[in-house]
Amino acid sequence: MRVALFLTCVNDTLFPETGKATVRLLRRLGHDVEFPAGQTCCGQMHLNTGYRRQAVPLVTAFEETFAPYDAIVTPSASCAAMIRDWHPRLAPSSAGTAASAGRRVHELSEFLVDVLGVTDVGAYFPHRVTYHPTCHSLRTLRVGDRPLRLLGEVRGIDLRELPDADECCGFGGTFALKNSEVSAAMCADKVTAVRGTGAETLCAADNSCLAHIGGALTRTRAGVRTLHLAEILASTEQAPA
Amino acid sequence: MTGRAAREDGPGRGAMPTYLGTPSFPDAARRAVSDARLRGNLAHATTTIRARRAEAVAELDDWAELREAGRQIKDHVLEHLGHYLRLLEEKVTGAGGTVHWARDAAEADRIVADLVKATGETEVVKVKSMATQEIGLNEFLAEEGITAYETDLAELIVQLGDDRPSHLLVPAVHRNRADIRDIFLRAMEDVPAGLTDSPAELAEAARRHLRAKFLSAKVAVSGVNFAVADTGTLVVVESEGNGRMCLTLPETLISVMGIEKIVPSRRDLEVFLQLLPRSSTAERMNPYTSMWTGVHPGDGPRNFHLVLLDNGRTATLADDVGRQALRCIRCSACLNVCPVYRRAGGHAYGSPYPGPIGAILSPQMRGVGSEVDASLPFASSLCGACYEVCPVAIDIPEVLVRLRARVVEDGPRRPLERVAMAAAGWTLRSPTRLALAQRAASSARRVVARGGRIRRLPGPLGAWTETRDAPAPPSESFRAWWARTGGREEDGG
Repeated sequence: MRVALFLTCVNDTLFPETGKATVRLLRRLGHDVEFPAGQTCCGQMHLNTGYRRQAVPLVTAFEETFAPYDAIVTPSASCAAMIRDWHPRLAPSSAGTAASAGRRVHELSEFLVDVLGVTDVGAYFPHRVTYHPTCHSLRTLRVGDRPLRLLGEVRGIDLRELPDADECCGFGGTFALKNSEVSAAMCADKVTAVRGTGAETLCAADNSCLAHIGGALTRTRAGVRTLHLAEILASTEQAPA
Repeated sequence: MTGRAAREDGPGRGAMPTYLGTPSFPDAARRAVSDARLRGNLAHATTTIRARRAEAVAELDDWAELREAGRQIKDHVLEHLGHYLRLLEEKVTGAGGTVHWARDAAEADRIVADLVKATGETEVVKVKSMATQEIGLNEFLAEEGITAYETDLAELIVQLGDDRPSHLLVPAVHRNRADIRDIFLRAMEDVPAGLTDSPAELAEAARRHLRAKFLSAKVAVSGVNFAVADTGTLVVVESEGNGRMCLTLPETLISVMGIEKIVPSRRDLEVFLQLLPRSSTAERMNPYTSMWTGVHPGDGPRNFHLVLLDNGRTATLADDVGRQALRCIRCSACLNVCPVYRRAGGHAYGSPYPGPIGAILSPQMRGVGSEVDASLPFASSLCGACYEVCPVAIDIPEVLVRLRARVVEDGPRRPLERVAMAAAGWTLRSPTRLALAQRAASSARRVVARGGRIRRLPGPLGAWTETRDAPAPPSESFRAWWARTGGREEDGG
């Protein structure tokens, strides 16, 4: 099985550690992963901001870049949802065919649980952690409890339940700028919920949402750090996250 | 409304006359967010009803099938709308009713006012109705010298408070008990002295006030929840019994309905009379379901008029993605789960249709020329909670994304955003250009960031850093690291 990593433009540019952790984790589980250098962006920002026409060439380029691979793993539920839900509609030439990337893309927790069939990935993370299920992981991809099953097997972890976990954090891409007051009010409630758990670490399957909540956590000096799911799952005693 | 908007209001677009000149959603929402009491009222009301709705839905093990049936019935009607409208007209007329066709709000208002005037009356009682809110009927009738009395408790509160509804089902959801007592004391002419804010006393005051109207009114105006095409039967569902009074006591009944409210046959009501109450009031069955077919001597109104309202619905039907908004049965489940509605309140949506459904209905019915209509498709984080609870499976996020593209193409110009999106698109179309941009960001990191965080961003990005730090670019992008190491070497990351 030839596996490609689609890191996403946001992770590539701002959160390289998530990419490194994904590669490390998959290798530890015995699967090599390639990083196709032609990759850039899934087109979600343009589509969701109303620039549909500018999203189309990004979608077409994505489909070409990832055509040779049997599976595409991405540490972003939101981008996986974009590829699965929207790429067939935006680039109809590949719609419905076995070659369509929408059928081969897996968000990281889906890949681990469904494709590799593992929940215990041999991770070690002795900290209090709460998990925020991002909207697109929850309601578009429907990853269900996969991330929590993976986290539940991490040695040493103290998992705390997040109240009102299914509430949006208020990120929503350019929504956070266009409606910044409403977005900030949503974020403030999420921060309150996170702080109430007593967790030291907030975990999610999307760095964009994590950066949003994390930006408010550091601004309010909450003393809670944010870590992508991949980084906790890659963490070991020898190489802690 | 701007001049640009007025020019774009070609044939087929609707109007909601009382909401002209509404500010854009972010501007209106900004004020609402800073109103702690409003947010408290909304949070309390929506949290309660959400939990109850979830319980009511969970009771039925065939909810998914009901939802699918609801979706299919509505889609079938929309596909054959012309046929069903003609059938409905034939059946209503055959049963002794009169059918009127209104292209827009102005025509519908004129028809209703003329019908009332023909009776010689100057007062009408009203059943809660979204269609008559949409056409600004009360305001129009007032200009024509006719007084309309709202008889739904919450609509009465809104009307006496000289206010606007902020929720489909609970139009006074932004008011608490103390507000309501103050409004009654100020505006209800027969208010009992010493009225307190106990719910029982408030309800009793409204009941006595309304009873007098029911007994004297000769004309009633209602909306319609469902119209059965093959029998000409009209259906109104409600909780208070005020509707039943209005639909049975007066001599003349005038009902205004959007043309999408049709179901093919009586059997289809089985689906909707389960979907609607559980989704809206979290009840297994609504307390009052009134059905009538034309007129019957000695039983109910002697004259019945049905006004079929387009007001932008045909234009909405023309869009293959957007038309699913016309499946809406006005249950308001999407409002109650929406994190944006809960903070911004209903008034920010600038129409009688607030919340997620309003954000996709108003810009389709009115067009995207005005500031508020151009901003509504963006009044969502696309979290998808609305789609999940919708009893007729309207994919609201999908329609929002479709309308965003329409705003970018036809709405008010946003030159700065256009340039930024074009630049981002140009960069992202080439991995080489993306790598260059990442290198530039990495070398700027020492200038902009402290401790790995950016506390202030320039220009429109400053909206982010008002309340949130932004992540600083790393010293090296993943792409650069991979190119340098082949992904094989761990360099302390």
